[in-house]
Amino acid sequence: MIKAFIEVDVEICKGCELCIPACPPKVACLTMSNEVEGQTPNTNAKGYHFVMQVKDNCIGCGNCAIVCPDSVITVYKLAKEKKK
Amino acid sequence: MAKEKKYIEKDGQKFEVVWEKPKGLKDKPMHYCPGCAHGTLEKFIMEVLDEKDLKEKTIGVAPVGCSVFAYDYMNVDMHEAAHGRATAVATGISRVFPDHLVFTIQGDGDLAAIGTAETIHSCNRGENIIIFFVNNAIYGMTGGQMAPTTLGGQVTSSSPDGRNLATMGYPIKISDMVAMLPGTHYVTRVAFNNPTNSRKAKKAIEKAIDYSLEKKGTCLVEIVGNCPSGWKMTPLESYDWWEENMIPYYPLGVIKDKGVLVEKKGGK
Repeated sequence: MIKAFIEVDVEICKGCELCIPACPPKVACLTMSNEVEGQTPNTNAKGYHFVMQVKDNCIGCGNCAIVCPDSVITVYKLAKEKKK
Repeated sequence: MAKEKKYIEKDGQKFEVVWEKPKGLKDKPMHYCPGCAHGTLEKFIMEVLDEKDLKEKTIGVAPVGCSVFAYDYMNVDMHEAAHGRATAVATGISRVFPDHLVFTIQGDGDLAAIGTAETIHSCNRGENIIIFFVNNAIYGMTGGQMAPTTLGGQVTSSSPDGRNLATMGYPIKISDMVAMLPGTHYVTRVAFNNPTNSRKAKKAIEKAIDYSLEKKGTCLVEIVGNCPSGWKMTPLESYDWWEENMIPYYPLGVIKDKGVLVEKKGGK
């Protein structure tokens, strides 16, 4: 079961790679589209390599979205159920 | 104001939206180079205005420089100003619309070079405006020439042997200068070089907006920024350079904070 995930607006992403070191080192779920193993290098319409979530261990901290200059990342986290 | 939580459904599970693009930013892709701090600043300003629901009461002023197309990205009323004269235009706007929030987004080639007089006198008069000052130590838009804020020894396209402090003077610290003036209320220096600093920067922007709403005087938020294209680096290299060279010369933190917010006085 996934705890959280991100969505990337790949057409606006400029491939600055700032979100990759911002992701906590224990999680490190982001990779550029040209560095994914077993996949041909991929670019968006403007020719930039875009960022992708490649692992399912995202914790939803939002660090990647906070450092992103172009606001391409949306972060979703599993909603906590209220205890009754 | 408490932020309203949003939810979406995926695979039969309920997910909370932790972060999304602020409504105040238009869908148009920004023209800034990859990794530029300008985009992050505009994102944070709009996030705070969204949270406080102030977009209808805000007027921004963008002068010449990399911030010139800010009107294309920020979904508030915007005004263009001549090079360096954004604070002068903002003075007029804030006097005609005293109930509006007026801010300027300026770079260092604009605010610290051609517009030094306007900046200092606006701060001295204590106009009720917020100045967002992006200091990236270079003229970014025109191709990376030496600016007044360029660090000693820094190589730029117009100082290929590095800035010689004996003949070219010292990097100017605008924030420390205007903090001495009685008209300024809140002067701070922030950076976006890691998530921790970015979160602190958002708090500083929020505080400046709160002070401006209470008509306390001029607030100046200096953002020690980067310019990957002008510095001839990749964005990640520029972040390292930013931390190693820029922040020691332009130390982060509050330089001047004159007053307490009314809300906090009331115990809330």
